[in-house]
Amino acid sequence: MSVAAKLRELLREHGQPPREVYFDLENSGWVPPEVVEAMLPYFNARGYGHPSITHKPGWEALEVLYEAKELVARTLGARNIEEIAFTHSGTEANNLAVLGYLLANRERRGKVVVSAVEHLSVIFPAEFAAKLFGFKVVRVPVDGEGFVDPEVLKSYVDRETVLVSVQAVNHEIGTVQPLKELVDTVKVANPDAVFHTDAADAYGWVNLDVEKLGVDMLTVSGHKVHGPRGVGALYAREGVKLEPPLRGQLSAEKLWPGVENVPLIAGFKRAVELQFENMERNVSYVKGLRDKLIDGVLARVPHVLVNGPLGERRTPNNANLSFLYVEGEALTVELSMRGIYVSSGSACSSRILEPSHVLLAIGRKHEEAHGSILFKLSRYHKPEDIDYALEEIPKAVARLRAISSLAPGQVAPT
Amino acid sequence: MSTRIPLPYSPKVLEIFRNPRNLGPMEDATVVESAGSPACGDMIKLYLKVGEGDVIERATFESYGCAANIAAASILTEMVKGKSLREAWQISWKQLSDELGGLPPIKYHCSILAVGALKRAIRAYYGAKGEKPEWLPEAMTPEERQVLEEEEMIERYYRALGRLGGAQGEGGSA
Repeated sequence: MSVAAKLRELLREHGQPPREVYFDLENSGWVPPEVVEAMLPYFNARGYGHPSITHKPGWEALEVLYEAKELVARTLGARNIEEIAFTHSGTEANNLAVLGYLLANRERRGKVVVSAVEHLSVIFPAEFAAKLFGFKVVRVPVDGEGFVDPEVLKSYVDRETVLVSVQAVNHEIGTVQPLKELVDTVKVANPDAVFHTDAADAYGWVNLDVEKLGVDMLTVSGHKVHGPRGVGALYAREGVKLEPPLRGQLSAEKLWPGVENVPLIAGFKRAVELQFENMERNVSYVKGLRDKLIDGVLARVPHVLVNGPLGERRTPNNANLSFLYVEGEALTVELSMRGIYVSSGSACSSRILEPSHVLLAIGRKHEEAHGSILFKLSRYHKPEDIDYALEEIPKAVARLRAISSLAPGQVAPT
Repeated sequence: MSTRIPLPYSPKVLEIFRNPRNLGPMEDATVVESAGSPACGDMIKLYLKVGEGDVIERATFESYGCAANIAAASILTEMVKGKSLREAWQISWKQLSDELGGLPPIKYHCSILAVGALKRAIRAYYGAKGEKPEWLPEAMTPEERQVLEEEEMIERYYRALGRLGGAQGEGGSA
């Protein structure tokens, strides 16, 4: 049976749940109708040309591209719109920052300092550059809630350090890093070290101002703000030397080859406008949903751990819970059949027998990480969605615990 | 998150995951064996009731693991029922995977784990009886070896972590 045929049958067996709530905004998400509408003209009515060619559809494409750059620059407090570069994903923006910077500075060798909980699109390019050019990569440990202690970071930064990358908000456990303090610490320890922050999970949720923060590079991603997949952007301060890691025809984007994703960039622009509209109200609304979900699960299900901090030090849209004695992948399948879509940091969905490096870095044991479930919320969720999740989650966990060969008492909880 | 790979499960895996057969501990089990560990993220506990002529009268399971793991354990309990231990010994992980409509390669180890638990149970049964049938090999089968390797790998990880003094350090990250 072909893979596609197998999937058709799998979906038939799965069936249509009576109600659906999508919480997997970490990995991808739906695009609101307003954003789809903003994209549609750019497929066939206007701006469908190449933004570097001298004709009307090309200039229309360039126009929306620059409108989007202006908007991103404004939301980040960037001085110069040329400091914003679009790529085809957040992963590519992180690659451009890390690999692009190390490529341009390969003769300096030296040290690259990243936090132990960075997204893999930061860690892997750093390790790749280390292999190619002889940089040394060090991972800064975090505390039990995922925080990088400025004092600890200081001990890792020296005269050899060329690049430091610490994310603004952790993508899995929602830790809001003390970014300003971390940047200041690095700049005191070594003014020549460049500071990159992956802000994909912070953009539109916490205030970011590149001038006030003093960061040199900052990554944002389209689908994390309900924009389409396939767009990311990098802020790179004027004077920060980057070399394109991919080779091909460069055009409006001087650092990333290939035809710009103009329709998706138009959608991203609309998504950013919506994300920043009433940001304060949205933040407090989503925070309410998050706490309702976390508190509700803790009240209804025994043997649950919260991964990451609580309260103001956690990003408004993130809930990450470990359900002990069940395996996370099985729980994602069980919840899917109940119409609740989430992801897990378990090893069962990974190529190696390793659960989430973020959960291990905060000191979770393997069996605690295997039972982890990540929920990401947005202003589109309703309180009734949380009520439905709170009805179904206890049933799903209870069913898998009844199957499980592990039980409280057999394995010591932590 | 870790490296993600697509998992096009067969509809059979989902169907059995939804309605597992022969679930739960067996009070009058002749032999109980398990394979895997909580730290690995998958563990199967197999209960066999062995009757006259060394025939498996009943089999039940408990499973801590992914959907494929639960389905593999469940289908194994159906496959061995009514078989002699000698016949049950012949079941390979590939046969079990085929019965499930073909597991994705990354999930082969679920089938290996289930068969590993069965082989351990058969050895334990004859060990307790003090018998040594001529068809039962001395050497470990590939399934048993692989299960043991997985269990030992995770033990080594924690021993190494102990030496480093906890998970909150460079050793704790992937």
